Amino acid sequence: MRGYVVRRLGYSLISLFLLSVTIFVAVRATGDPALLLVGPGGRPEDMARARVDWGIDRSWPEQYLSFVRNVARGDFGTSFQYRIPVRDIYFQRLPNSLQLAAAGLLISLLIGIPLGILTAVKVDTVWDTACKIVAMLGLSIPGFFVGLVMIIVFAVGLRWLPAAGSGTPQHVIMPAVALGWYFAASMLRLTRSGMLDVLGSEYVKLARLKGTPERVVIVKHAFKNALIPVLTLAGVNFVIMLNVAVIIETIFAWPGIGRLLFEGISLRDFPVVQGVVVMAGVMVLGVNLLVDLLYAVIDPRIRYA
Amino acid sequence: MAEPLLRVSDLQTVYTAFGGQRVVRAVDGVSLTIARGESLGLVGESGSGKTTTCLSIVRLLPRGAHIDGGNVEFGGQDLLRLSTADMNRVRGRRIAMILQDPMASLNPLLTIYDQVAEPAYFHRAMRGGALKSHVTSLLRAVRIPSPEVRMGEYPHQMSGGMRQRVVGAIALSGGPELIIADEPTTNLDVTIQAQYLNMLKDVQRRTGVALLFVTHNLGIVAKMCDRVAVMYAGRIVEQGPVRELFASPRHPYTQALLQSIPKIGSKEPLDAIPGQPPDLANLPTGCSFHPRCPHAWDRCRVEEPADLVVAADHRARCWLLDGRSSQLQIHVSQRAP
Amino acid sequence: MAVEAQPLPASLAAAETRIETPGLLRDIPLVPTAILLWLVLMALLAGVLAPYDPTLPVAGARITQPPVWMEGGSTSTLLGTDFQGRDVLSRLIYGARVSLMVAATGTVVAGGIGMLLGILAGYLGGWVDQTIMRLTDAWLALPSLMFAIFLAALLGPGVGNIIIVFGLIYWTRYARVIRGEVLSLRERDFVRLAQVAGVSKTRIILRHIVPNVMNTWMVLASLTVGVAIITEASLSFLGLGVPPPTPAWGLMLAEARATLMVGQWWLTVVPGACISVVVLAANLFGDWLRVRLDPQQRNL
Repeated sequence: MRGYVVRRLGYSLISLFLLSVTIFVAVRATGDPALLLVGPGGRPEDMARARVDWGIDRSWPEQYLSFVRNVARGDFGTSFQYRIPVRDIYFQRLPNSLQLAAAGLLISLLIGIPLGILTAVKVDTVWDTACKIVAMLGLSIPGFFVGLVMIIVFAVGLRWLPAAGSGTPQHVIMPAVALGWYFAASMLRLTRSGMLDVLGSEYVKLARLKGTPERVVIVKHAFKNALIPVLTLAGVNFVIMLNVAVIIETIFAWPGIGRLLFEGISLRDFPVVQGVVVMAGVMVLGVNLLVDLLYAVIDPRIRYA
Repeated sequence: MAEPLLRVSDLQTVYTAFGGQRVVRAVDGVSLTIARGESLGLVGESGSGKTTTCLSIVRLLPRGAHIDGGNVEFGGQDLLRLSTADMNRVRGRRIAMILQDPMASLNPLLTIYDQVAEPAYFHRAMRGGALKSHVTSLLRAVRIPSPEVRMGEYPHQMSGGMRQRVVGAIALSGGPELIIADEPTTNLDVTIQAQYLNMLKDVQRRTGVALLFVTHNLGIVAKMCDRVAVMYAGRIVEQGPVRELFASPRHPYTQALLQSIPKIGSKEPLDAIPGQPPDLANLPTGCSFHPRCPHAWDRCRVEEPADLVVAADHRARCWLLDGRSSQLQIHVSQRAP
Repeated sequence: MAVEAQPLPASLAAAETRIETPGLLRDIPLVPTAILLWLVLMALLAGVLAPYDPTLPVAGARITQPPVWMEGGSTSTLLGTDFQGRDVLSRLIYGARVSLMVAATGTVVAGGIGMLLGILAGYLGGWVDQTIMRLTDAWLALPSLMFAIFLAALLGPGVGNIIIVFGLIYWTRYARVIRGEVLSLRERDFVRLAQVAGVSKTRIILRHIVPNVMNTWMVLASLTVGVAIITEASLSFLGLGVPPPTPAWGLMLAEARATLMVGQWWLTVVPGACISVVVLAANLFGDWLRVRLDPQQRNL
């Protein structure tokens, strides 16, 4: 177990390294970083100072090191727009995105898992086809389009829900559905394939041979085993939802980090953009590591290996 | 004579694939009986229909397979007519099954206790302390040391032989009258096989449970079974008491099977059965075995042999046994090999 | 007098193809394929099919005119006009061109890079494999959309840039899957025979490995097309993709936001529906292709 943990941690660190290098190179390779860091309308003195602060006049490896050092300290620079450290705005906005992602995750689980079980248990019937259609729609219709359509129907047309902003449960519903839409479909598929695999296994066959009531077979034997990959996907999906909500947050004027990213892009507020992206990478790598370790805890086979 | 515990008459089971385009008759008119406490061996090559027969008896066929003829009577009940709920009460309680792969048979996330207790929990409403001692005595009966400790463990913590014993304990848990064992030792080390079989025979003797033992190994049959049925291409081609069948096998396939067992110490060349097992979707006309049979003659190629009587409890499906063909018998034996 | 050519003996003909091509067109799903073909047609014949120039306002029509079936609509602009008075239908048709080009080219670029790296990783193994796999992990760490937004923000808008961004991000899926295939192909007899015969690595890869991963590649590609279209739409929506006034479906959605609250819903629904339908068709086609080429994956 310990060897597994160490190895897994090692992989994460390597990935983190490669990711940081990628971001670093991407920025340097596409233009003058000083310009990016100082922003439009920057005066030569500001640019000179930025060069020193960020070490741009030094060699690339040195620059990389100061980049990493800054990031490790949580220093992503100062936003042009807000004139306060990026870190501060980021963590100010983060809870909102967490809220939205949690709501989106909940929706994706509430729709995806039951339907996934249903289509696996009733394979090759009308229910199965219906659920497959739902999954297809979820994967094909872009979430942000669903959001726009919902605004048209529920906000403009029926006036039941507010079109933008945050604060009340009614504000969360539409963006959460728009966000969770795609992930509900992927949960459905994963649950379905997991359940089908398990339902076809020898131990489920034996459970049936024992005369165990069918609902107990499905819940106790099949579902528990199929659930592991689903839950871990849920964890990963949560973090992904957190970070791809850019468009949805923009549409619904939801004050989260996605909207922050969009503002940063529109206003060429580069430190903000870089900060959000780096944090996204760190988060996802972190959750992947956690999930893998959790796997080891849940599945007794790995625990004792 | 007492009513047999299990009577299968003319069972027919088919697999349909590709929306009905390919129909394979895996079980074609199988009839067998097992008396209380008796042990019947079911022998045959892979694909002969042994497993499908077993799954048909307990009505747990995979998708794409269904029974389309025949009768299965168990302890007076017509199993094929039972509702799903009633059939569920038969499974585990009156008929139990042991599968071939012990690792795959056990749920990796549940403890041994949980899995062994399940049939008793659902079928015999056992709970708490009574259930625990029931599980303990079962584990002891299948010769698992330190059962109190072992029952808290998970399947992956045990060796293959021990897992298969657990599967045996699960089978006994509901107190069945018949255990169907589908090649239980095939996946075990040779050294463990003997131990397992001894345990099984001992359990059978003490509980009086009947045993349907499926295997491709005639040696095991000799050791474990009172009677034996030989299957080929979905049909039972010979059945009878073990001693008699081994002493005077009447069907050429049975003869070939016995011939092909290597004899330790002998340097004679091994007698493999020539040819390949038949494709069940494309069976030869007449007797399914005739392409590989050294004694085949015209009638074999044209007409499916009937189940002919050899002796009191001994039958075989072969035209060589038909009295009217005795003249042609001489003709056959005069042919060059 | 015509001389009939001798047909190749069957055994020789069979030996020439090392790839299996099952009667490929059997059971092809009609509707998705028809939709995809229609998309290609629209893209190629945009100049002929579109009634108006997509970048200029329609003479004689009002701005934000509704489609023909609504009050105020007219048959001269079947799907109405947008906030600048441009014909929606024409913009839709020309937009298909952009979508198709981005989707096709992006998929080929991403697929090409992915196949190359996947084959190298799988076939050469060792540190090459490790490096490529770690890189894949790293790049997969960033959610694709966010990575795309980041790169697009750095590179700036433009169709060419979108293709580059797409290629840089989506090769990872191909690499992973193809590497797996190559790992098992490497152990197959015909590859071993070639190795024993001293055939050079490059030749083995080109003649034996590549044709046999093409099946998987095609399935992956057909499933990536939908993703490409959505990515392009998303980027254009955020102003990072195709720059105005070039018509693109995502851009049309962005421009429609201004009119969303005041009731001109068709400016949003029509391009969005187009995107959805095309992606749905591509996904259905991809699913069919996957089942067709590898029936064992029916569970997915």
